[in-house]
Amino acid sequence: MIRVQCEDFDVGAELERLTADNHRIGGVASFIGLVRDMAGGDRVSALTLEHYPGMTERKLAEIEAEAHRRWPLDAALVIHRYGRLEPGDRIVLVAAASPHREAALAACHFLIDWLKTEAPFWKSETTPAGERWVEARAEDDAARERWTPTLEV
Amino acid sequence: MKLFYFAWLRARVGCAEEEVALPPQVYDVAGLLDWLRARSDRHAEALRNLGLVRVAVNQDYVGLAHPVREGDEVAIFPPVTGG
Repeated sequence: MIRVQCEDFDVGAELERLTADNHRIGGVASFIGLVRDMAGGDRVSALTLEHYPGMTERKLAEIEAEAHRRWPLDAALVIHRYGRLEPGDRIVLVAAASPHREAALAACHFLIDWLKTEAPFWKSETTPAGERWVEARAEDDAARERWTPTLEV
Repeated sequence: MKLFYFAWLRARVGCAEEEVALPPQVYDVAGLLDWLRARSDRHAEALRNLGLVRVAVNQDYVGLAHPVREGDEVAIFPPVTGG
């Protein structure tokens, strides 16, 4: 399941819902992304996220489908927020549920790595020097590559 | 054709979207970007460095050689920074 929303989410309630009535599930792995108060040595007072409505949902659904294709998952969840957020606020929740931990942990890691380079979101930071767009990081591309099969079929 | 701009590309071009009539000689993404650069100084400045520009046609990432045609939804934006 994927969701793109402005409002906050309740992590406990979301994970509860993900596994409700499915007792095949033996493990849930989750990742929560938060707004940091520092970036490049500068204090950040707010982070504003913009996205491409339509394409965002489409890309997140593709990423989720890819996780299901690669691992035996019973459920997967991606919730991503947009709009103006402040330090400590939740930005994203990714979760994967499976009978065993290996698939859940790997799929969760995959989901967040792919999301970072595939989903059309852009962040702008509010700093004492003004507003600035966050630049894409080479480390994120490298993290994505980790999940690229060496042999493409 | 409907064009969308996001993030600093939107700020530099000066609008979030515009409707353009594609001239017959423009048939791919590279040609579209060249044509847009000639539209205004703001477009030229925003699209100066193609290393910082990503393009989606009908909501899929595409390369410079991808075809474009009237009726397509084309979005132009910097590398994404979500998560």
